[in-house]
Amino acid sequence: MARIEAEIGTPKGGFLQWIDDRFPFTKTMKYHVTEYYASKNFNFWYVFGVLAMVVLVNQLLTGVFLTMNYKPSAAEAFASVEYIMRDVEWGWLIRYMHSTGASFFFLVVYLHMFRAMLYGSYKKPRELIWIIGMLIFFALMAEAFAGYLLPWGQMSYWGAQVIISLFGAIPVVGDAIVEFIRGDYSISDITLNRFFALHVIALPLTLVGLVFVHIVALHEVGSNNPDGVDIKANKGADGVPLDGVAFHPYHTSKDLVAIVIFLMVFCSVIFFAPDMGGYFLEHANFEPANLLATPEHIAPVWYFTPFYAILRAVPDKLWGAMLMGGSVMLPLFLPWLDRSRVKSIRYRGWIYKSSLTCFAISFVILGWLGMQPADGAYVLAARIFAVIYFAFFLLMPYYTAIDKTKPVPERVVYHD
Amino acid sequence: MTNKMTVVVVLTLGFFSAATFAAGADAELENSGIDPDNISSLQRGARNFMNFCSGCHSAKYVRFKTIGKYLELSEQQLVDNLMFNAEKSFETINVSMRPNDAERWFGTTPPDLSLMARSSGADYIYNYLKSFYLDPNSPTGVDNTVLVGTSMPHVLWELQGYQKAIFATHEDADGTITEHFERFEPVTAGSMSAEDYDAFVRDTTNFLAYVSEPIRSERRKLGVWVLIFLFFFWLIAAMLKKQIWKDVQ
Amino acid sequence: MSDDDLDQIDRNRRHFLTIATAVTGVAGAGLMAYPFLASLKPSARAQALGAPVEVSIGSMQPGEMVRVLWRGRLVYVLRRTEDMLARLNDNLDMLRDPNSEVVEQQPEYAANDTRSVKREFLVVEGSCTHLGCAPLEDFSVRPADNWGGGFFCPCHGSKFDLAGRVYNGVPAPINLRVPPHRFVRDDLVLIGLDAGAT
Repeated sequence: MARIEAEIGTPKGGFLQWIDDRFPFTKTMKYHVTEYYASKNFNFWYVFGVLAMVVLVNQLLTGVFLTMNYKPSAAEAFASVEYIMRDVEWGWLIRYMHSTGASFFFLVVYLHMFRAMLYGSYKKPRELIWIIGMLIFFALMAEAFAGYLLPWGQMSYWGAQVIISLFGAIPVVGDAIVEFIRGDYSISDITLNRFFALHVIALPLTLVGLVFVHIVALHEVGSNNPDGVDIKANKGADGVPLDGVAFHPYHTSKDLVAIVIFLMVFCSVIFFAPDMGGYFLEHANFEPANLLATPEHIAPVWYFTPFYAILRAVPDKLWGAMLMGGSVMLPLFLPWLDRSRVKSIRYRGWIYKSSLTCFAISFVILGWLGMQPADGAYVLAARIFAVIYFAFFLLMPYYTAIDKTKPVPERVVYHD
Repeated sequence: MTNKMTVVVVLTLGFFSAATFAAGADAELENSGIDPDNISSLQRGARNFMNFCSGCHSAKYVRFKTIGKYLELSEQQLVDNLMFNAEKSFETINVSMRPNDAERWFGTTPPDLSLMARSSGADYIYNYLKSFYLDPNSPTGVDNTVLVGTSMPHVLWELQGYQKAIFATHEDADGTITEHFERFEPVTAGSMSAEDYDAFVRDTTNFLAYVSEPIRSERRKLGVWVLIFLFFFWLIAAMLKKQIWKDVQ
Repeated sequence: MSDDDLDQIDRNRRHFLTIATAVTGVAGAGLMAYPFLASLKPSARAQALGAPVEVSIGSMQPGEMVRVLWRGRLVYVLRRTEDMLARLNDNLDMLRDPNSEVVEQQPEYAANDTRSVKREFLVVEGSCTHLGCAPLEDFSVRPADNWGGGFFCPCHGSKFDLAGRVYNGVPAPINLRVPPHRFVRDDLVLIGLDAGAT
């Protein structure tokens, strides 16, 4: 084992030494890769961080090539997407990789966040990692929202119309803000062009910067694990955590398997169901934006629907918008809402286990409700599940304090 | 731990399937029965489209050349049978009717049909073409149960003939009277039998479905190879991982 | 087997698997890169827009020159007079490549002493072979300067004769390029399609 770890350790003289004298290459490799120790008992839930990075790279790469052929003007945007799909060699593949990647990005990120809730990865000393992660989530939502306008289809236009109008709910300054965002009296070519700039430059740079900082913060304190045990508390004579294994080659080889399996799922969608029944590429968006006719059902893309359901559950425009905003922001406070002394769900009591289950179920059901027409029983259901959603967070200081926990082991429990 | 994972996976899958079923809850549409791999059907559909539809409807994102390649038609066959208002095969299927004229004659511009099968679906197109019925109150003399109030005349009347729609009336508990479409009844015969007409419409729908995503067939073929490659990659990567993790615990 | 033997087998197996994974990974990366790189090739629309251009020459007078665009490039179609044609071989020793030996600059059927398919009609790209400026026509005859008529590039002074052949002592290294072309009819030339192709 020591043999593998030492392979990149000593500069091989010559070229590598020249670099190392001028740049902390070997130092960085050691600190972040070959001598970064993470717990040996990582399970399925721990795979989503690296998968998120894979999807991010996918979006950036395909995004660059799409931008080579896309025209960000109201007159040409829709046609340019069809041009990419039909006339540009392999354009269809690049487009499908990008659109599928967008949906998978959210799938992966939601599961990644859920992992943190399972194992208390947001608790001290990892609160900052969590905060940065939430910032990434906000930036990601903005990026997806801006990106969705670009095809200039019916859903692009009308979805943006609805969501931007929400800001009009803000008293006094609302309408001015809406006009400011749009850059025009209604969503137009001007709005499209600026959303293009945000989607292609401003937000990707922000995302990449935040991801970098996210990982730096993580490496500063070290990774959590499914038992919530601090592996640094038990080190061997050589200073290596007894329950830790070097990131490379152990976690790199394990993540590679996860990445390949992920790619199989990802490619299955790209090549056999890129529309995903209208969830990844919505039917209405194959019609060019028509300012005179609104589609029958306007709904945001599936990954926004849980929050959209909460918005519609409230009969008041301003309060609906505020509660929707609240529902997005609330997870930010988890490190402080959660009063349990125990990190991992494995050692928590039945109260937390059931409330987390209820939260997960209500999130999924709210997502489904967000796609349904806003009438009848759907509204009532949305209200009920919205309450459950908020209760999970707002009551947390209380029920996590009284929850009966199990004793946490000293050392990690390893299953394969 | 596996329990939690199972719950989430089941929920996510259930959510998708439930939503898929719920989404199709609109008008009852008969299944179009198109076979995208049937080249002859597509050839007939192309002929049908150019002869009956392209006078008013463009398919402006589609090139004749692309169609020729997939439908196994030579350049000459394209020119002779399909290219009525185009000179070169790399041109797209444009319409000669000017939008202003269309506006005057029909009240609206006939939509481009390149993506109709993706926005409204093959079943929609299939049913739409079969659902024209006589309506004396309409400027075109017909209406359509799939798109009520449509401005399109029954272009295929010679083939299908004319039919009328039978509506059933119900009275609700609170006295409101609603009309429900029940069935069609033929009024005049067309040159085709019902089955032949269905096949005609099916071919045309098939063509429109093809045209909405010409790359579909190639995409699926390529996908098989990609998955096979990834499967082997997975095997090797899994063996490597196992080997490396042998000395842990 | 001893522990050492097992260890050795393990290490060899690990080494083999690492190589196998790396090779598969690199192959996969290469296969994935291909579509992206291929997408940079001219698209179907570019190919459509780059299609041959028809030029009607029926009403062209002798001495008249027409400019057209083909694939975004300037092409000159010049109907040479009998005089111009007679003067073509006057100053062959002043030319760098009088016999069109640089094969890339003209199709086979234009590698002759008039550099054309039909004697009268010169079809040549209006792009100076030095750095690409559009040469100006200068059909005046100035025996004192040994100038029988041709093209003069204003950017750096390159000179070409009435068959687009480059003079000695100028920055341009080779003759003006003759694009593929054929005469569909006597009054119609198609620029951009080889005479041999259909």
